[in-house]
Amino acid sequence: MRTKRSIFEDIDWVMVVTYAALVLFGWISIYAATYDETHPSIFDLAKNHGKQALWIGLASIIAITILFFDHRFFETFAYLIYGGAMLLLLAVLVFGTEIKGAQSWFVIGSISFQPSEIAKFGTALALAKYLSSEGKRFDQFKTKMYALGIIFFPAALIMLQPDVGSTLVFAALLIVLYRQGLSGWIFGLGFIAASLFIIALYLKQYEWTLFEQVVQGKMAFIVGLTLLAGLILYLLRKRKGSRLVVGGGYAISLGYFLSVNWLFDNLLQPHHQNRINELLGIVSDPLGAGYNVHQSKIAIGSGGFSGKGFLQGTQTKFHFVPEQSTDFIFCTVGEEWGFIGSFIVISLFLFLLGRIIWNAENQRSAFTRIYGYSVASILFIHFAINIGMAIGLAPVIGIPLPFFSYGGSSLWSFTLLLFTYIKLDSERKFVLR
Amino acid sequence: MNNLESRKIFVITLFAVVALIFLGRLFVIQVLDDSYSSSADNQALRFVTQYPSRGIVYDRHGKILVQNQAAFDLMVVPRQIAGIDTEAFCLLLDIDTVEFNRRLDKAKEYSNYRASIFQKQLTADEYAKIAERLYRFSGFYGQKRSLRIYPDSVAAHVLGYIGEVSGKDMEEDSVYKSGDFIGISGLERQYEKVLRGDRGREVLMVDVHNTVQGRYREGELDIPAHAGTNLITGLDLDLQHYGERLMQNKKGSIVAIEPGTGEVLCLISSPTYDPNLLVGVKRASNYQLLVQNDSLDPLFNRALMAKYPPGSIFKIVQALIALDERVINESTAIACNKALVGCHNHPSAQNLREAIQMSCNPYFHQVFKRMINRGTTSNYFEDSSIGLEAWEKRVKKFGLGNRLGLDLPSLKSGSIPDVALYDGIYGTRRWAFSTIYSVSIGQGEVEVVPIQMANLAAIIANRGYYVDPHIVKELDGQRDSSLHYETHSTEIDAAFFEPVIDAMQRVVDRPGGTARRARIDSIIVCGKTGTAENPHGEDHSVFIAFAPRENPQIAIAVYVENAGFGGTWAAPIASLMIERYIRGSISDSLKEARVLEANLLNVIKDED
Repeated sequence: MRTKRSIFEDIDWVMVVTYAALVLFGWISIYAATYDETHPSIFDLAKNHGKQALWIGLASIIAITILFFDHRFFETFAYLIYGGAMLLLLAVLVFGTEIKGAQSWFVIGSISFQPSEIAKFGTALALAKYLSSEGKRFDQFKTKMYALGIIFFPAALIMLQPDVGSTLVFAALLIVLYRQGLSGWIFGLGFIAASLFIIALYLKQYEWTLFEQVVQGKMAFIVGLTLLAGLILYLLRKRKGSRLVVGGGYAISLGYFLSVNWLFDNLLQPHHQNRINELLGIVSDPLGAGYNVHQSKIAIGSGGFSGKGFLQGTQTKFHFVPEQSTDFIFCTVGEEWGFIGSFIVISLFLFLLGRIIWNAENQRSAFTRIYGYSVASILFIHFAINIGMAIGLAPVIGIPLPFFSYGGSSLWSFTLLLFTYIKLDSERKFVLR
Repeated sequence: MNNLESRKIFVITLFAVVALIFLGRLFVIQVLDDSYSSSADNQALRFVTQYPSRGIVYDRHGKILVQNQAAFDLMVVPRQIAGIDTEAFCLLLDIDTVEFNRRLDKAKEYSNYRASIFQKQLTADEYAKIAERLYRFSGFYGQKRSLRIYPDSVAAHVLGYIGEVSGKDMEEDSVYKSGDFIGISGLERQYEKVLRGDRGREVLMVDVHNTVQGRYREGELDIPAHAGTNLITGLDLDLQHYGERLMQNKKGSIVAIEPGTGEVLCLISSPTYDPNLLVGVKRASNYQLLVQNDSLDPLFNRALMAKYPPGSIFKIVQALIALDERVINESTAIACNKALVGCHNHPSAQNLREAIQMSCNPYFHQVFKRMINRGTTSNYFEDSSIGLEAWEKRVKKFGLGNRLGLDLPSLKSGSIPDVALYDGIYGTRRWAFSTIYSVSIGQGEVEVVPIQMANLAAIIANRGYYVDPHIVKELDGQRDSSLHYETHSTEIDAAFFEPVIDAMQRVVDRPGGTARRARIDSIIVCGKTGTAENPHGEDHSVFIAFAPRENPQIAIAVYVENAGFGGTWAAPIASLMIERYIRGSISDSLKEARVLEANLLNVIKDED
């Protein structure tokens, strides 16, 4: 067995450089978004960009500190970290501070942090440890249930805050379970469920008059679904058991379809209902529920191919776009750097995600691999929802763009998440299979 | 496990598909669709029109006739109104909430995103009171405009007025936007393109609260405004003012021209109005008052538009043409035969001078007859027709029956009867001299407008030619600034003017002259009275004159409606004007007082 000469040996520098590129691009975007001619210094601590400089400095310390840790620390203390995070999630429900309608923050003096950030890290570690431990076989029902439980528990606690965005992040960990052997049907089912959901909401607004009878959109769909089921039954009439499968599928689809409207109206909060309706184009209210996205699209769209130039954006700088240094930071990229800038940012993310996955598959340690998948999944869902909402493809859910958005707590937790993986990865040659 | 390892392909593909969908969407909104760019410009850029100041109009001595005063339009962008204290705002503007909502609805109807005028033309003082508190009312801002101001309240009819553009104006010239001003009458209309200047544009950046954040791209797209060109007119402000005073309580007009140049010295139509009434917000209501509630029709520019029979002053034209046509000479004597046409009591004229001095009607009846019936053909009717055709051509050389080249709109041409006119009325060869004889003394179908009479006086003063009368002589500050006006000849031998001018001097100077009241001790005034028959009431009093006899400085026509004999009112008014212009003061204060005190409007009231 070899011994390492330096903790920096075997580090995936490409990944570190990609990380640094995203963080720096994010920083100058925050600078552009909050730029003030009277305080032009990028280190002005009265401004978000000045504070971000400080947060980046602290993030570097966190990154280096992680590299000094013994790599076994994370695996050893995985459950402990997970447990601690769960306690914090419980505690925040009691002692936390409510900001923007969600009780998800601990505020101590001038420092505030969200335990859900730690929970993501803890859950990734716990999931990796559980699924990589001796004798756990994923094809066993019990293993699947435990794994789902590890994910579900923090998600449920966060839902109680309620913080829909962070809850949704945990759903991304299904990607990890899929890699471990969860049936691909789960995505198929998810796709069908989402489609039915959207169709049901769409059809609610339509009704036609046919043979002097008012036909609601809902009825038309039920008739169509019934005919489709009949057709499939007819085509598969010679295969045994097809009746049961088709009949069951039909019943479940119908029941789900009929309950969507009820679920939508009763489970979702009005502002979420509005945002979904706005996203699907069922209602259009650019001054109300759709204001953020409308402004965001204007900012990004007005950037054109090559952008307006650094500090030349009018939409972000003059506060037309709300939350322009946090949730809508991508607008600044789109407006000032245009399609070229957007392309670079998206490519950087895709490259980082791809590299983590590719890299993870080369690990001897199952723990490292599963943890790597968790990190990629969490980063991916933030990326997908954040940019998706900025360009009107996802509902407005306030979650930050990793490494980019302003905010110490989110920058540190993403750094922690990624550098723990970089650390584990750097030890790949010293791990016995 | 190999099987599961390949699932990384699916996961990476999932990531890539999402990234590609994003890039596709971004390509559409950033590169293909430019509507976002214009939306961005609409909300973050404010295009502020820089209104140039309108050209100033000066008199011949550099005194200001019209200038500008600052005013402010209060603009509103409905979308940007957020959480304002409506009541406080209404209090500030002195309107109620109903009115506030009405105006806001109107603005919204036009556009939610674009500025419309909320309140027009606040004066600088009114705006100053509002401006210091305007920051509390997001969505509102002041836009500087300028209004006309007339320091001496004179020459309303010449200067004209400006008003908001109509839909038609905007269609014809895309420079104009709703709410802009355009010259509607007078010089304002005639010189609109010169006076208005070139408007500029400032591109400012505003933030979401509509607060200006600076110039867009350091003013790269700004266009500076260029002030309108000033007009230097030939008007004499003092003379104009004096004439308006003399014409108070009288209906009619005075036009004076500098004969050598054609520059109009004054152009008065009475009753007039204070041009300051037709400025800014009060314009519409005052306009209604002037149009509807004033039977004297003060907006009507009599000097250019009122067609009158010239009466006896027309005898001068007849005499000159007759001399040039050699049908008479200066010694021709014709008996005052009242059987032909009515006349006042005077001894028969022994020559042309006496005929003009005494304004003998039968004399000119015969003069006209000699011109019309030349015996070119044996057919009496045919002969009249040929004669009239030749005569009409010569009369028109005097600027009569045609529109003069004056630089003001709405000028009428008057009319000189021609063959076609009489053929139309009576039928071809159904009329002869006996049908049309009243033309000989400036009655009947002859119609002239006062400026044509003044121009006639200028022609005599010039001994045979005139320069197109004009108000503006120079465009200030422009290269090649003097404007060119054409000189027209009457084609009458200059020698023939001397007996006529002699006669005109006698009209004023000699005891038997008809215009003794026009005499000025130190200045030789040559004039001719007229008394135009008015079938609707008292005759109109007419006088044309020029002075001094040699090197004339002023030619003038005075027309006073319903004032009777030309020597009674028109002549003394003309002499006061001449003296005021040449000497700067009046020697005969009794004459002046008599005119100033006279109220000749009652004459109509008796009539009605």
